Amino acid sequence: MNLLHLMPLAARSAWNRRATLALTVLAIALSVCLLLGVERLRQGVKEGFTQSVSGADLVVGARGSPLQLMLYAVFHLGEATHNLGWPSVQALSAHPAVAWAIPLSLGDSHRGYPVLGTSQAYFDHFRHGDRQALRLAKGRAFRDGPDDLFSAVLGAEVAEALGYRLGDRLTLSHGSGEPGLAEHADKPFTVAGILARTGTPVDRAVHISLQGLEAIHLDWQGGAPIPGVSIPAQFARKFDLTPKSVTAVILGLESRAAVFSVQRYVNGYRDEPLMAVLPGVALAQLWEVVGVGEQALLAVSGLVVAVGLAGLVAVVLAGLNERRRELAILRSVGAGPLDILWLLTLEGLGLTLAGAALGVILLTGLGLAAGPWIAAHYGIVLAVAVPTAGEATLLGSVVAVGLLASLLPGWRAYRLSLADGLTPRI
Amino acid sequence: MALLEIHRLRYAWPGQAPCLNLVDLGVAAGEPVFLHGPSGSGKSTLLNLLAGVLLPQAGGVSALDTPLATLSAAARDRFRVDHMGLVFQQFNLIPYLPVLDNVLLPCRFSPRRRARALESAADLAGAAARLLEHLDLAPDLWRRPASALSVGQQQRVAAARALIGRPEIVIADEPTSALDVERQAAFLDLLLAECAAAGAALVFVSHDRRLAARFPRVLALGEINRAEAA
Ligand SMILES: Nc1ncnc2c1ncn2[C@@H]1O[C@H](COP(=O)(O)OP(=O)(O)OP(=O)(O)O)[C@@H](O)[C@H]1O
Ligand SMILES: [Mg+2]
Repeated sequence: MNLLHLMPLAARSAWNRRATLALTVLAIALSVCLLLGVERLRQGVKEGFTQSVSGADLVVGARGSPLQLMLYAVFHLGEATHNLGWPSVQALSAHPAVAWAIPLSLGDSHRGYPVLGTSQAYFDHFRHGDRQALRLAKGRAFRDGPDDLFSAVLGAEVAEALGYRLGDRLTLSHGSGEPGLAEHADKPFTVAGILARTGTPVDRAVHISLQGLEAIHLDWQGGAPIPGVSIPAQFARKFDLTPKSVTAVILGLESRAAVFSVQRYVNGYRDEPLMAVLPGVALAQLWEVVGVGEQALLAVSGLVVAVGLAGLVAVVLAGLNERRRELAILRSVGAGPLDILWLLTLEGLGLTLAGAALGVILLTGLGLAAGPWIAAHYGIVLAVAVPTAGEATLLGSVVAVGLLASLLPGWRAYRLSLADGLTPRI
Repeated sequence: MALLEIHRLRYAWPGQAPCLNLVDLGVAAGEPVFLHGPSGSGKSTLLNLLAGVLLPQAGGVSALDTPLATLSAAARDRFRVDHMGLVFQQFNLIPYLPVLDNVLLPCRFSPRRRARALESAADLAGAAARLLEHLDLAPDLWRRPASALSVGQQQRVAAARALIGRPEIVIADEPTSALDVERQAAFLDLLLAECAAAGAALVFVSHDRRLAARFPRVLALGEINRAEAA
């Protein structure tokens, strides 16, 4: 009850020491800003990762490991051991529940970047992040069919790292680009378009049409050029360029409700052993494996907060000696030792709250200032919004720890005011 | 019937030889008492016992017929602000609070002191103003932070705080020792006059016996304390 009278006093007392306390609050604010920033980045990176493909209902490949299928279908990593035949792709596309299908074919590379053979559907239907469509920063997408065989569309990072501009020519290498492997030097591609940055593996891919991919392998067999056979680029379109097989197919359904029935249909497909994977689930599983470092990062920023709070306790404790007289005066006008305990504890709590609030404001300001830039360059969306449940938990624990830590100076003041009574000894 | 009574009081600081072993004593309502003794003889200890901050190992202190030892710690804190005004040697004021707020502190913590202050004035500021005027503090000082006052001025503000809301008991622990001789006399006059006007019993502690002449009753701690011999 005395506490009510003590609160304004505590506030004025703190105001009187504002220079020192402001620094303490700033230290807490910065550490809270770091903690929440790391948490937000963590969420952003995780979302960016698990939403490398969004808006797709199923990813289909030859039967095997679902995680491996994700690795090459979404991240273009590793090599597919088995493909699925083109008739299966056609059957899947024709399935009544399927709205669209994007075939993906991997295997070649360009200076270390994976080459992705696909169709125009890729540019129309592929979604990433918050269901964002691909956007061409420059140029145009390639067209399916024999007229536009040697056009390539580059991911943003490929174009930037290798300095390609529209109209530049590039040759693809067979395989994942180990030196000494054969090049498809006889059939160079022209840069027709460059995609805007997505922050996903799309940025690192060179996209060509399935027919183009077929064309450069016309005179190849079993991973090597057929000796003595060379089909010049201009004659390639005279051949049947229908692919024999692809690595994976991304499916979009008419209705999400059909997802399990289509999955069953694929898994029980009779002509060859296939497998359909829910990309969201598989990516979340993959994140469990890849995202271990994030926990360590969070732990480190938790330590930074601990340092900030230790500083707070040190400052309040250090100021206590000069305030013994003040506390004795308060006791002489009716404050009890327990009131003194709460007075100091509340001061610490107030400083923690102020620090936490300032930290959130700082982070919001940072998010507003740097968010668009981070999103453009790293594809990580830093939500500028009210703290999420996870962040609220973090903030809550910061305040709780601040309260607990503030009990220390509170307890010391309690002991002092019991020992000092009305006449402090200095 | 005495307002403040000491009965067979014994007190020793933990781990030390007995500090106080007092003969029975009483202070009547409105009576000023001067208590002197050499430094370290236990004067401040006695005041802490009278104010109920310390409790004796044996015997006790009764104020207004209430044995302080029977009250809980929180109730003693209440009782103190309700019925006692305290002035110390120096550093009496909360430096960052304006003079007026310092004077009104007891009224913030004690509804009783507040009610009694309002008996004689229209509002709390008026009650404080009346006291501050009596104690010769110019109105332009009232809104200043206490830290901007001279030591003598601070002691007068402390006296006003001890007196506001007319507590029955005023306890002063060497309130004049930081003042020069002239100021000492003036301060003592003011304090005695105000306590008389308010009808408050005053226990005034000092090791400076020259001040004793102003008091009708003078006690030497050495004479009332039997623990001294030990
Ligand atoms: N908080 C304390 N803890 C332990 N011993 C104390 C404490 N306060 C006082 N003492 C001891 O009690 C004795 C009396 O001290 P006290 O402060 O009452 O003296 P005093 O008469 O007020 O002296 P002075 O005139 O110098 O103020 C001293 O021996 C002192 O060492
Ligand atoms: Mg003393």
